[in-house]
Amino acid sequence: MRRLFPHPYLTLTLTGMWFLLVNEWKLGSLVMALILGTILPLVTSAWWPDRPRIRRPLALAAYAALVLWDVILANFQVARIVLFLPRDRIRSAWIPVPLALTQPEAISLLAGTITMTPGTLTADLSADGRVLLVHALHAPDPDAVRDEIKSRYEARLQRIFA
Amino acid sequence: MILPHALTLFLACIALSLVLNLWRLLTAPTLTDRILTLDTMAVNAIALVVAWGIRAGTGLYLEIAVLFSLTGFVGTVAYCKYLLRGSIIE
Amino acid sequence: MTLLLDLALSAVLVGGGLFALIGSYGLLRLPRPMQRLHAPTKATTIGVGAALLVSALDMLGAGSISWQELLITLFLLLTAPVSALFLAKTLILRGEADPNLPATGTGADWATLAPERADP
Repeated sequence: MRRLFPHPYLTLTLTGMWFLLVNEWKLGSLVMALILGTILPLVTSAWWPDRPRIRRPLALAAYAALVLWDVILANFQVARIVLFLPRDRIRSAWIPVPLALTQPEAISLLAGTITMTPGTLTADLSADGRVLLVHALHAPDPDAVRDEIKSRYEARLQRIFA
Repeated sequence: MILPHALTLFLACIALSLVLNLWRLLTAPTLTDRILTLDTMAVNAIALVVAWGIRAGTGLYLEIAVLFSLTGFVGTVAYCKYLLRGSIIE
Repeated sequence: MTLLLDLALSAVLVGGGLFALIGSYGLLRLPRPMQRLHAPTKATTIGVGAALLVSALDMLGAGSISWQELLITLFLLLTAPVSALFLAKTLILRGEADPNLPATGTGADWATLAPERADP
């Protein structure tokens, strides 16, 4: 069973994606979706050896809602900076964010969240995978940005991923 | 009743964005800026197609938008990978 | 009720269009390459998001459910950070980003600049 379905969540996601793509509820689509959902994880399992350990799948949904809300707020902030802040008053900063997360899936989720939310962008990861390099569009106080990332997003992800 | 007018305004905004992007594409200072502009153009084009689909009243245009979102992303990553590594498929 | 929905959808659409415009304008206005990366990744995504939301609700109002809007939204939300990351890495490697990167603090270099880079 484990060898046939290396990533059960990926199988479910691919099945759902296929239905969204086909845009119709038919039995034939279900068969095709299950075939794809079985074959694709099998073929790609060499590049994704470990299963992510998710402790609380429901908390992940709550996290997605929080991020979606922050994405909308982020746009108002960036729009304000782009439109009204004089060019020479924009204080951009590089912010190294030391990571407490260790799972690659959790780190990439955090990196994506940082990019989509207020005025920050993930630029790079350190070679040993323990520090994220974040670029802030306008951050007069870089330490506050780092603390907010750690308390608002990373702490939640730590609770979700075991 | 107001929606068609809002749609026209939206289409105008996206069209103006695309013109700005074209201008940027011509005057971009660096190669990376050009890739970024092409990426933005792809996203704007998706918005244009979706909005036109609402006006036309069919779901057919969404298929175009799906394909465009796929190819636009792959294109951006391929350009970046070429600049980063010197080849795309290793 | 219909009028209210009409108003709400129109407001979302106009707002989204303005955001997309601001994103493209930011691309022209912001002075440094790393700053320019910020505007389009966020603002244009919300522009498309608005169009997709209105499209989905419009179809729903016409009596048919369309799921492809959800697919496009998911796809854009997943791919926007990845392309931004790739562009940032390209800027860093080519030395077009602001040159004074901070130290990692762990002894290892940033992945893009490390001598034997892992696959990006």
